[in-house]
Amino acid sequence: MFVALLALIPLVYVATYTVIIGPAEIWDLVVRPRVLELLRNTVTLAVACMAASTVLGVALAFLVERTDLPAPRLWHGLLVAPLAVPAFVNGYAWVSLDRSINGFGGAWLVVTLSYYPLVYLPVVAALRGLDPALEEASWSLGHTRRQTFSRVVLPQLRPALLGGALLVGLHLLAEFGALSLLRFPTFTTAIYDQYGSTFNGSAATAMAGVLVLLCLLLLLGELRLRGSRRYARVGHGAARVSERLALRGWRWPLALVVTTLVVLALGVPTYALLHWLAVGTSAELPLGELLSATGSTVVLAGLGALATTLAALPVAWLAVRHRGRLTTLVERSTYVANALPGIVVGLALVVASLRLVPVVYQTALLLVVAYVILFLPRAVVSVRSGLEQAPVVLDHVAHSLGTGSLATARRVTLPLIAPSLGAGAALVFLAVATELTATLMLSPIGTSTLATEFWSASSELRYGAAAPYALLLVLISVPATVLLMRQERLQP
Amino acid sequence: MSALTMTGVSRSFPPTGSGQAATRAVDDVTLHVPHGSLTAVLGPSGCGKTTLLRLIAGFLVPDSGTIAFDDRVVAGAGRPVPPQERRVGYVPQEGALFPHLDVAANIGFGLPRGERSGARIDEMLDLVELPRGFRGRAPHELSGGQQQRVALARALAPRPTVVLLDEPFSSLDASLRESTGRAVARALRAARATGLLVTHDQSEALSLSDQVAVLREGRLIQAGSPADVYLAPHDPELARFVGGATSLPGRAGEGRAATCALGAVTLTHPASADDLLLVIRPDQVVLDEAGVEAHVDEVSFYGHDAAIRLTVGGAALVARVTGPSAPAAGQTVRVGVRGAVHAYPAPVRD
Repeated sequence: MFVALLALIPLVYVATYTVIIGPAEIWDLVVRPRVLELLRNTVTLAVACMAASTVLGVALAFLVERTDLPAPRLWHGLLVAPLAVPAFVNGYAWVSLDRSINGFGGAWLVVTLSYYPLVYLPVVAALRGLDPALEEASWSLGHTRRQTFSRVVLPQLRPALLGGALLVGLHLLAEFGALSLLRFPTFTTAIYDQYGSTFNGSAATAMAGVLVLLCLLLLLGELRLRGSRRYARVGHGAARVSERLALRGWRWPLALVVTTLVVLALGVPTYALLHWLAVGTSAELPLGELLSATGSTVVLAGLGALATTLAALPVAWLAVRHRGRLTTLVERSTYVANALPGIVVGLALVVASLRLVPVVYQTALLLVVAYVILFLPRAVVSVRSGLEQAPVVLDHVAHSLGTGSLATARRVTLPLIAPSLGAGAALVFLAVATELTATLMLSPIGTSTLATEFWSASSELRYGAAAPYALLLVLISVPATVLLMRQERLQP
Repeated sequence: MSALTMTGVSRSFPPTGSGQAATRAVDDVTLHVPHGSLTAVLGPSGCGKTTLLRLIAGFLVPDSGTIAFDDRVVAGAGRPVPPQERRVGYVPQEGALFPHLDVAANIGFGLPRGERSGARIDEMLDLVELPRGFRGRAPHELSGGQQQRVALARALAPRPTVVLLDEPFSSLDASLRESTGRAVARALRAARATGLLVTHDQSEALSLSDQVAVLREGRLIQAGSPADVYLAPHDPELARFVGGATSLPGRAGEGRAATCALGAVTLTHPASADDLLLVIRPDQVVLDEAGVEAHVDEVSFYGHDAAIRLTVGGAALVARVTGPSAPAAGQTVRVGVRGAVHAYPAPVRD
């Protein structure tokens, strides 16, 4: 309950602020040419990126999973790998190599290349989980491969596809670093500028309100589209692997297309990083600063991971063991909070702490709270899946064998959920380590993390100085990506 | 091991939606399971048999009534004894082995620390007829039937007062179900355990248990030996459920005589009313040249025997005959009744 309330702070903040300022002034603040321009920018970019990511994600997933493209395992790894490159690092890579990459086109290219795996990964998992018997039934009813794909396979992929596209949209609405570097203003970058330059609370809040509305619209849209239909696999037993489609003459040309994509998404940032590490004139490798930034990153991320996992435990427990309207609401509310961009959470916590508990302003505590709000759903998802591996019947058996509640938790439940607790904590750790926006707004004065150091260097165009931080950020993200891949595989 | 006695046990669940009444899942059940015997609780799904089992295990608390193991009341008087202090062996559906522990650790789970790796594990593996080499296997390396046996060994290892088996064979293949069922019954007898087996399969209930308790809509309809329940069912519905019997209207005659569409029959008891409902089990209907004419509607040939659906004077009837003697569908045969027939007063029609 408390956790859910915590997660709702930003929403409450935006809502109360809107009421306090009053509708008339809100109207004036929102309906300005500048805001309308931002709205157009944000919406067009979001729609374009979601569309491009969906097309790319589905096409690549199909190629890798269902055709005889050479070396599918290798492609799979390479296609997921861009997840390990934070979007702002990717943006930095492109901009630092070619200053002409900016505006809508540049943003579209860079963000799509960063985020298409969010669609690709769940679609691959769904394709793998699909019972080939369904497709075989469709063929036997006289449908061609193509008809079968559009009438049987695609509808089954819908939940994965919509979920992925939603994630792309939410990430994009929250994206600050990459878009700021690419000089394409959206709500998030504008809120940050507003906050940084004038500390104009009302204007920033009004824009945050619009941003929150966009996020909620996206969530609602996904819920409506997904509907309440179930896509369960009927029958038990292991699904067979379906026959791969022979590409024949298209095999190598398509392999070339995939290669090009991998080069763009992975090769460019790698090259840029190595390039700036090697030739960067401003890079004299400040080992001391690098170490202290790494140290504070590790401490903050560790605290964030610990706090978030602990907060996730009761939420997941309620959701799995005590299903009900209230508990579902609690669980959902944490997800809604996650749809809020880091910038809104940051802003809300700055204002809320200054108003209510000024002591915590500019402390690590407040930053950790922001991390809990931002990353709670990741931990909840992990812990939940773990708890589902530990059904109540096992507790009953343990009780009937004479084991008390505490001993059951120690001997049965904990060993079963420990891996997912660890995975959840690790995911949060890595997410915190590469988080930029809220960290920039809330980190205590004098504390610098890898992300903030990278940001101050790259936003001042000191590309060489930024390179070592970027490299460390990418290295930190690698294990998270591997974990994410595992989690997708575990899902039915 | 001890005897299990339930007296007037009831348990309701709150209504699931508005406008629905509370459901009485278990309604005033009184049942005695003697020491060292196996009782099958038989009933269709939703009859409350699993609820009954959960009440005995202590996962649920009864609204009224008492549950006792020998003289020790575990529910009904004062604070109910929590499950972990009841010493009840519980074998759930699908076994529910602890997935993070190997076979030996699963079996040893309920044993005191010192015994967990000792001879008791081998003893239990022997009891459930599994090779001792299975000690180190993980649950997912076992077949469904083997998992069930390990689950039973785990339940029996701490020498429980009562063993509860919740449809333990329903997830197994037909062939495996029978052999696992027999192995489990043997193991329970060898351990001299008091057992309660919940099932919806009447042949499983009849073949494995010493006592069959039939539950319908939460109420105990009849409890008795398998032969009692089969030969003298409490009401026509139970006769249909347990024996697959068909019922025919009939009229009482002198003493134990009666007449029906099949001609004159002998009753098990003197009739208590003039209008009767006779229940005739398929094994009582025989092909008989001296009998009445019947039309063969449908024949299900099983090899060793065959089920024949007949129409006799407007009434439908099922006969079970040996496979080679089965007639073909569409034929006209003559049939008669073998043995005494169970009769109930015919329901009054308005």
